[in-house]
Amino acid sequence: MGGPEIKAASVGPEGVRVRSDLHIAFEPGPDALVLDLTSKVDYLYGEAIEAAVRRVTAAFGLTTGRLTVVDAGALEWVILARVETCLRRSGLAGPAVLPEVAPGAAAPRHRERLRRSRLYIPGNQPKLMISGGLYGADGIILDLEDSVPPAEKDGARILVRNALVALDWGGSERMVRINQGAAGEEDLAAIAGHNPHTVLVPKVEAAAQVGRAAEVLRGFCGDGAPFLMPILESPRGIHNAFEIAAADPSVVAVTIGLEDLSAELAAPRTTEGTESFLARQTTVYAARAAGVQPIASVFSDIEDEEGLAAYVRRERGLGFDGIGCIHPRQIPVVHREMTPSEAEVERAVRVVRAAREAEERGLGAVAVGSKMVDPPVVKQAFRTVNLAVAGGVLDAEWDSSEN
Amino acid sequence: MAAKLEKNGAGRLVPVDVNGRASVPYQGVGGYRPEGRKAAPRIASCVDYPADGDKRVGSLRQALEAVGLSDGMVVSTHHHLRNGDAIGNLIFDDAADMGVKDLMWFPSASFPVHANQIRHLDSGVIHHIEGSMNGPLGAYCSAGKMRGLGVLRSHGGRWQAIQDGEVHIDIAVIAAPTADFFGNANGVNGPAACGLLGFALADSVYAEKVIVVTDNLVPFPCLPWQIQGNNVDLVVEVDSIGDPTKIVSGTTRLTQSPDRRRIAQLAARFCAEAGIMRDGFSFQAGAGGTTLAFAMYLAELMRAEGVTARFARGGSTQHMVEMLEEGLIEVILDGQTFDLDGVRSMRDDPRHQDTSPFTSYNFHGKGNFASMVDVAVLGATEVDLEFNGNVVTHSDGRMLHGIGGWQNCLAARCSMLLVPSFRDRIPVIVDEVTTLCGPGELIDVVVTERGIAINPRRKDLLDAVDGSDLPIRPINDLKAELDRLCGVPAKPVRSDEPVAVVKWVDGTVIDTVWRVD
Repeated sequence: MGGPEIKAASVGPEGVRVRSDLHIAFEPGPDALVLDLTSKVDYLYGEAIEAAVRRVTAAFGLTTGRLTVVDAGALEWVILARVETCLRRSGLAGPAVLPEVAPGAAAPRHRERLRRSRLYIPGNQPKLMISGGLYGADGIILDLEDSVPPAEKDGARILVRNALVALDWGGSERMVRINQGAAGEEDLAAIAGHNPHTVLVPKVEAAAQVGRAAEVLRGFCGDGAPFLMPILESPRGIHNAFEIAAADPSVVAVTIGLEDLSAELAAPRTTEGTESFLARQTTVYAARAAGVQPIASVFSDIEDEEGLAAYVRRERGLGFDGIGCIHPRQIPVVHREMTPSEAEVERAVRVVRAAREAEERGLGAVAVGSKMVDPPVVKQAFRTVNLAVAGGVLDAEWDSSEN
Repeated sequence: MAAKLEKNGAGRLVPVDVNGRASVPYQGVGGYRPEGRKAAPRIASCVDYPADGDKRVGSLRQALEAVGLSDGMVVSTHHHLRNGDAIGNLIFDDAADMGVKDLMWFPSASFPVHANQIRHLDSGVIHHIEGSMNGPLGAYCSAGKMRGLGVLRSHGGRWQAIQDGEVHIDIAVIAAPTADFFGNANGVNGPAACGLLGFALADSVYAEKVIVVTDNLVPFPCLPWQIQGNNVDLVVEVDSIGDPTKIVSGTTRLTQSPDRRRIAQLAARFCAEAGIMRDGFSFQAGAGGTTLAFAMYLAELMRAEGVTARFARGGSTQHMVEMLEEGLIEVILDGQTFDLDGVRSMRDDPRHQDTSPFTSYNFHGKGNFASMVDVAVLGATEVDLEFNGNVVTHSDGRMLHGIGGWQNCLAARCSMLLVPSFRDRIPVIVDEVTTLCGPGELIDVVVTERGIAINPRRKDLLDAVDGSDLPIRPINDLKAELDRLCGVPAKPVRSDEPVAVVKWVDGTVIDTVWRVD
């Protein structure tokens, strides 16, 4: 046994409504370790559950006391995380006990990828993570910050780490929102080695906060460090938007958090968003000036699809490239509304064709018909074509099929 | 006592004797074609009944005494009042007071409210139950506490069993939301309105004695007459036949689960992309959260493509009624009504037709509607790599659901199981189903949140969606993903004591439910 301060500890939800999770309690004692296991899936997985629990106790060198596990169909990566958290809470020390690596866990990250939708999933709710990769969101955010109560931060951190290892997130960008301050650095230490593509840093008010996160991550990962997406959610953050967006080369996008911002402004968040207009527009300008993507806040009424559609149109109209989602239902609506119109696509296709032609002929300037087209317009045309392909209104082979 | 068992045509061990009667083991789809004549009750003469048509007696107890309730009889009820039913329990409470023993209860389905029967099973008033058992009754039967074997039949199979004389009903008690003194009855009016009484139709025609119990007696004639008084012996008026709030719901709720909605949406898109959803097509969808969401997504696609369904088979709900009223469906053929909008529509709209297991499902008839439906969407507890389906037991072998119309609906041109790939770590796609309820050759498509598996026998469907961006995957591939995600499950040990049998639509025994400790 480790030190003298081994104490009783427990973790995980309790009660008849729990699904796909488990509760575990540890009671120290002098006698050989007893594992008291009840599970509603014991007839299929009783032995597998016990083996998972013992994997963690062995790694922590625990040989005495009593572990009481009440399982409600938790998957193995959840069991491992819950047991590890319980033992750490009791004062024991040991290594990270990782689940089997999922196919797709090593998926590469892409700086310029589409970030139209990002789905927030609370970091303490494994049940919601299991299918997270199925909904086609451009990004999945495993959230360690606002959706996790303070008492569950340690458990969520280990769950999120294991979820990065054990689950296949499909084509979605693997994102994690960390906590502010010291807790955030603990979050980074836990997840850095498990291929998070992009880390969201909350409540950024100064470039130094971004620099610090980047430095910590480079310490763990070197050049392969994850990208950063600072969240501006205070008047001060908005005020320093450009410096933040340009603070480090690992920043790929800047987003805005309207709930916290409205609170600090002392102006209630309205549907029209008049109170946040300048903040949103400033975020877009700062991001574009720094060459990163501006990403809009979430829309919180999941029942109101028309309201969401109007919100996406409005934010896209301001120049935002993406929207936050709090329910999978919102994803198709966001993608539909982020998809360019037929006229936009037609024009973008003409520009992209002209640009490719100019490149082939070695011409410096691009012309559509008799009109010259400036480089930013060309860049925007490429972006529009990508969005159109992703939104399903333009065939991926549009260029080859028509030539 | 060890039951004598034999292997049936599906390779399943089944008892050769079911409650004292030789049973026919399953012989494959369409393999069993019995000859002989249908059963019938004794001839009655109208002179033995009141010429003024008034068949009322003072109480259910008096009625049961008058028709001669005695030891060993078969007593039937219907389940249109669902969990609000008060009559099913009252019959056996009265029987207990009368000192009658060894009855067989033959409901078209039982509900948790019928946990009351456990004391009558314990005391010997009821010998055994033939009908779906879930909740406390399912647990009771699964634990091997019932004296006889449970017999689980589909809605169509129940009609077949009555009609073929496998089950001879001595006394049918029909709870009727509205009736007249002659025994004409319907389910569309009255405080306990449930829409229709189709599940009681066979009972009214084939039972030796028929008692109608109502809490809404109207002057003769009761219109419409879904049950004909000419089949009825006695009429009883009571204060209440059931709790309306548990008979139909005010509104039916769509599932909010993102996974279930994804399954529903994939299924609807499959119908569109496979060309099933075309002008004049037909579908069947029940009131479960996922199938309700399926109907909603299907309606969206139908609207977008300007397609109209000639008919839909329900389980009707508010949503299906809205589709009828919008013109997306031309006719509803309704087997049971789940909510108040369904009841209203059936009462007021001639395009909303009540049906019975005879018209919809009976395998021993001159055709039935089930095989004429283009697509039926159903649930399941398990489906295996051969596409065999289980709908009655949990993976540990405990009885969980009745069969309902599930087996019958498999006759549709395309039958689809809409299931999550696993539930709380318990895989739904398995190597071999715990209890075989539907043979794989009749199950065409399995839709999960992780992808759609098409039965390789349905090359036509595989071709129809070839090149679509639907996530079509071999079923083994889905199973392999589950093995990785959930872990390979251990094989639960089962006892060798049968507690119930599952009948196939033709009356043969397709599988056995074993005791679970």
